[in-house]
Amino acid sequence: MLLKLVPEGTNVPFVNARKIAYAFSTLMIIASISLYFTKGLNFGIDFKGGFLIEAHTEQAADLGELRSITGGLGLGEVSLQTFGEDNQILIRIEFQEERSLVEVVDLVQETLDSEYSDNVSFQRTEAVGPKVSGELIESGVLSVLLAVGAVLFYIWIRFEWQFGLGAVIALIHDVILTIGMFSITQLEFNLSIIAAILTIVGYSLNDTVVVYDRIRENLRKYRKKEMPDLINLSLNETLARTVMTSVTTLLALAALFYFGGEVIHGFTAAMIWGIFVGTYSSVFIASPVLLWFELRREDDQPAEGQEVLPPQYR
Amino acid sequence: MLEFPRWKVITIALATLIGVLLAVPNFLTDEQIAGLPDFMPKSQVTLGLDLQGGAHFLLEVDASGVIENMLLDKGQTIRDDLRDENILHRYRLVGDNVIFTLTNPEDRENALRVIRSSIVKVGVSLSSVGTDDVIIADGSGAVINVAYTEEAILEKKVQSVQQSIEVLRRRIDGTGTKEPTIQQNGADRILIQLPGIEDTEAFKIIFNETAQMNFHLTNLAVSQEDIFRGRTPPRTTIYPSVEKDEAGNPMRLFAIRDEVMVSGEDLTNASYSMDQNNQPAVNITFNAKGGKQFADATRANVGKPFAIILDDEVISAPNINTAILGGSAIITGSFTVQEANDLSMLLRAGALPAPLEMIEERTVGPDLGADSVEAGKIASILGLAAVMVFIVLCYGFFGIVANVALTINIFMIFGILSMFGATLTLPGIAGIVLTVGMAVDANVLIFERIREEMRSGKNVLSAIDAGYSRAFGTIIDANVTTLIAALILFQFGSGPVKGFAVTLAAGIFTSVFTAVSLSRLFIVTWARKRRPATLKL
Repeated sequence: MLLKLVPEGTNVPFVNARKIAYAFSTLMIIASISLYFTKGLNFGIDFKGGFLIEAHTEQAADLGELRSITGGLGLGEVSLQTFGEDNQILIRIEFQEERSLVEVVDLVQETLDSEYSDNVSFQRTEAVGPKVSGELIESGVLSVLLAVGAVLFYIWIRFEWQFGLGAVIALIHDVILTIGMFSITQLEFNLSIIAAILTIVGYSLNDTVVVYDRIRENLRKYRKKEMPDLINLSLNETLARTVMTSVTTLLALAALFYFGGEVIHGFTAAMIWGIFVGTYSSVFIASPVLLWFELRREDDQPAEGQEVLPPQYR
Repeated sequence: MLEFPRWKVITIALATLIGVLLAVPNFLTDEQIAGLPDFMPKSQVTLGLDLQGGAHFLLEVDASGVIENMLLDKGQTIRDDLRDENILHRYRLVGDNVIFTLTNPEDRENALRVIRSSIVKVGVSLSSVGTDDVIIADGSGAVINVAYTEEAILEKKVQSVQQSIEVLRRRIDGTGTKEPTIQQNGADRILIQLPGIEDTEAFKIIFNETAQMNFHLTNLAVSQEDIFRGRTPPRTTIYPSVEKDEAGNPMRLFAIRDEVMVSGEDLTNASYSMDQNNQPAVNITFNAKGGKQFADATRANVGKPFAIILDDEVISAPNINTAILGGSAIITGSFTVQEANDLSMLLRAGALPAPLEMIEERTVGPDLGADSVEAGKIASILGLAAVMVFIVLCYGFFGIVANVALTINIFMIFGILSMFGATLTLPGIAGIVLTVGMAVDANVLIFERIREEMRSGKNVLSAIDAGYSRAFGTIIDANVTTLIAALILFQFGSGPVKGFAVTLAAGIFTSVFTAVSLSRLFIVTWARKRRPATLKL
């Protein structure tokens, strides 16, 4: 017997719950935006400039001792935390106006070598000057905007403008909620998170487009059906696929999250959240909002009996 | 219905075979690859710095000094020309402008003619006649304002960046680093990647020293007292010694004549050697021009000291005992063996035309890189296994076909990455794992569609056929949107993020191919042979 996550003949009235979904999403969006402005994001050095050192000690790291040593370096606020294991530490230092990138890392290394009771070896060092970090922010924001714009254009060409708008509303929803998640968890927001957001954008769209495709097909198939029913039907017809793909992607991501190592933890966390948000938004937001816009269906009807399906593969 | 023309079968099989063959070298050791027959592909996926360990530097070329020197030179040339024509004038530098003030305003026409004749074309190429290097901006009467054109300044900047890259390449090669990447990044930046380098300390010297070395005569007429007070006669500058006391102050100060006796550019070789007291020293050899200048200068100044100045510090100031005619000399100073070696390497590679500023630096130790590779492997295998088991549970026989396609898919991703010599980064591994999750999507779309078609009463063969053909449009639309995101990531991302975009994009192509061609071929062949009456799907 084969496993069926979505039983045959499932008919969930998704569209009827749209008011609740809109209210919920509006609330989440307001929460995310206010979190962003009050709590802010924990920007990594990619966007803030500064230094990051991942170090390895032989015994469990004594954070208290390390703090007092690094506090005395005269490098301003130095933040320390363990990273995965208790003998792995992350040292973050703000950007230094007076010192070159090289000097700071050397200074920390020398001081720890001579003053800390255990051997400290540096596994990874990163230093980003303010010029570079400013550009990274710019290109990060630009790339997300461009992706949204390009997608709007593509869907407009392939479908109708109403679909494009619906997809973009869902996308903006996803991006804002992902940023909200980073604000509330204070996970480090760095370059790879921008990559995660763009992948979420791609994934969520993937989901949305599959449903839209079916709505378009059904629009041609059922001429008399009421719009809410038609959207519901399309959502239910594609539901099995929506759930299956989310589950397989989540399985792969779960493996990455638990076994992929500390460095990509934030990235996979963002992706996992994004799969949930993206799946939710394509079912509860992207499709119901089509009701806001008049979808044409009479004008471009093909003649009776003519093939009406999307381009076929023969 | 369900027809698969022979040419299509052959094309699909060939594409699959090539994709998989391209991936093969990644699973072999170096010796095994060397033993492969010639027709086999041999290139492997390059591991990113985050996976194999190494250092990444982004340097910015500060060309302002070069531009200012260019202005000074031009001003000097024009002054000489004006003097030859007996046109009396004063001149000063203001920003990017050289301003000439004529003593007699009636010389203006003559002066303009002289200045115009000094104009040189820049940016000349096959397609362009070039632009004047300077424009005579404005001014009237006695004042003539000469400014460099943007094109000339740009060309100079580009030149400095390119020269810097050349010098850095020679310096890095001089250290014996394997497979360094040195490339221009934007208008005035240089990106350097040194795989496998753990001790970046040794490399700092490569970027920090411009290594401009010149030989000057010292000005003996200046008293020690004047030197300390900073009082110098014209065309004499005070330079500190390279040796410092404990407080970091220079041990000595020298009054040095500005005129260059021999320039470091006229060196042909520099090597480590020992002086007569067995102290580390650097042996230098001049080219013909430098050798002659050095011979002339030493012959004329026997008994006087001269100074060897490196990056505005005096490394040594020996007395000229006899004229040095052989075209080579030994620089002694208080060098350690390491310093003498470094200096000879820097001198051999030549001077940087402009100072470099480090604006980004990332290093990853090889242990951490190896850990990441290990973690990535485990995560990929587990993720893949979980997805495969799940798919078989859901789709039975069709799931097995999807899994075969998925496995080939992963080989093909590696094949594409190897073919393009792409770099695999940790986020790139995440991209592959993610592709695994999403590659299934195309199959899921098809299988679910077949289920639907069966439900609507179609027989097995037409349901399979309709399932594949109707899902195709959806698959294309859904994947193009993800591809758009991947392309934008590639364009704007840097380093590891780019690596992620590459694997994501490669994964999109291979997963669409394996789902709509390969798995279709399998299923259709199977269905035609067995002619099943019902489908377990």
